Amino acid sequence: MVAFVLAANGPDSLIWWDWVGRHTHQIGAALLEHVELTVVAVGTGLLVSIPFALLARHYRRTRAPIFAAFGVLYTIPSLALFFLLGPFTGYLTVRTAEIALVAYTLLILVRNIVLGLDGVPAEAREAARGMGYRPWQLLLRVELPLAMPSVLAGLRVATVSTVGLVTVASFIGHGGLGQLIQDGLRRNFSTPLMVGALLSVALALVADLLLLTVQRLATPWSRR
Amino acid sequence: MNVVDVVASWLTDGRNWVGVEGIPHRLVEHLTMSAVSVAIAIVLALPVALTLGHRRRGGVVAIGLSNAGRAVPSFALLVLCAQVFGLSSGVPIVVALVALAIPPIMTNTYVAVTDVDSGVVEAARGMGLSGWQLLARVELPLALPLIMGAIRTAAVEVVATATLAAALAQGGLGRFILDGQSQNDVGKLVGGAVLVASLAIVTELVFSVAQRLVSPVDRARRAGGRLRQHTPSPPESERMEPVRTSIEM
Repeated sequence: MVAFVLAANGPDSLIWWDWVGRHTHQIGAALLEHVELTVVAVGTGLLVSIPFALLARHYRRTRAPIFAAFGVLYTIPSLALFFLLGPFTGYLTVRTAEIALVAYTLLILVRNIVLGLDGVPAEAREAARGMGYRPWQLLLRVELPLAMPSVLAGLRVATVSTVGLVTVASFIGHGGLGQLIQDGLRRNFSTPLMVGALLSVALALVADLLLLTVQRLATPWSRR
Repeated sequence: MNVVDVVASWLTDGRNWVGVEGIPHRLVEHLTMSAVSVAIAIVLALPVALTLGHRRRGGVVAIGLSNAGRAVPSFALLVLCAQVFGLSSGVPIVVALVALAIPPIMTNTYVAVTDVDSGVVEAARGMGLSGWQLLARVELPLALPLIMGAIRTAAVEVVATATLAAALAQGGLGRFILDGQSQNDVGKLVGGAVLVASLAIVTELVFSVAQRLVSPVDRARRAGGRLRQHTPSPPESERMEPVRTSIEM
């Protein structure tokens, strides 16, 4: 039935394939913007998360407040957060979109980095210290590599959820594929709407599989 | 006037609290949409997950479903449902919200039941409990806090996504945000965002209290309190709730 519905081809069908053919450039640009927004958000999120994770780990008392603060941020629905930031960072700016997107990655990333570092066996740490590693060498050469499976798992979850949130950023004009959805909603025209929605689902699934592969390749020892 | 004053005056204006477009009515729309969806998801997912967990079978299905469900962007799902089923009613929205709520409930319930201490399960079997009694009297009560946590995750996500229903000509608190935007009314726009954010946080809090209430350990402690048996409470670190994320690894 799905195939039948999708095979229909006309201005009023669910997807008008001729329109798709004539707008591949626009669709490609939207896809590219989507990927770009996601990569920048997750990359920035990772950079911001590392110091917080180290802080939470080094001073145990900061752990609860850090998780609580990022937890509250995480709970705020994205549409609301985009507009709550508006008065401070501009209503329809990329900056607002990115700040909100980064905010949502923090809880997942900080939590996974901390879990990963907590999971490093004390023996490994002792051995490295015994070999004369300085604290930062210990972190970079022993602890972070051993924490990698957890960090990568966090990156994967953060990336996939960011792909989804970018579509919502279309409400403030920076939504990649979500922009096609908005275009369809505005004009009451099914084709861009369907293309935008289906491609963002596809992008999320591809990102998930891609990062799963990276996770497997980077940490072959963690395979069951 | 700065934005805080504008928002405060919108939120405190009596006219915004009456009628079909008033805050109470929109809140009821939002809560109805969310509650119906979560309830349907519970009815659909819980029995399946409990059965699979009890039999220690079907883990691939239960976990795979959550991974797939997690990957699907909620706004895209909402839009697809609306487009495929039409928007003459709120039904497609509920379908999308149910689809979003099922994976967290399914996976976490399954994990909760399979995680019940196997020693306890063996002991119960040894006492002659049948499979059904085992599920009802041992596994379910012990798994309940985690199941409640699963429902909390689903509920918070549904409340958040229900905001987007406004983009598909439906009601709910999201209306204020989108109407405020199209009418260039900052008070309504940011006021609506404040309401949506508050509702999500309140939902989270209500369910975390519920989760604590169904925890056997807490229940025992409260009962102990009534009997004046003073058991020392565990250190703060052990009582700390794990951080909720709607996405489990």
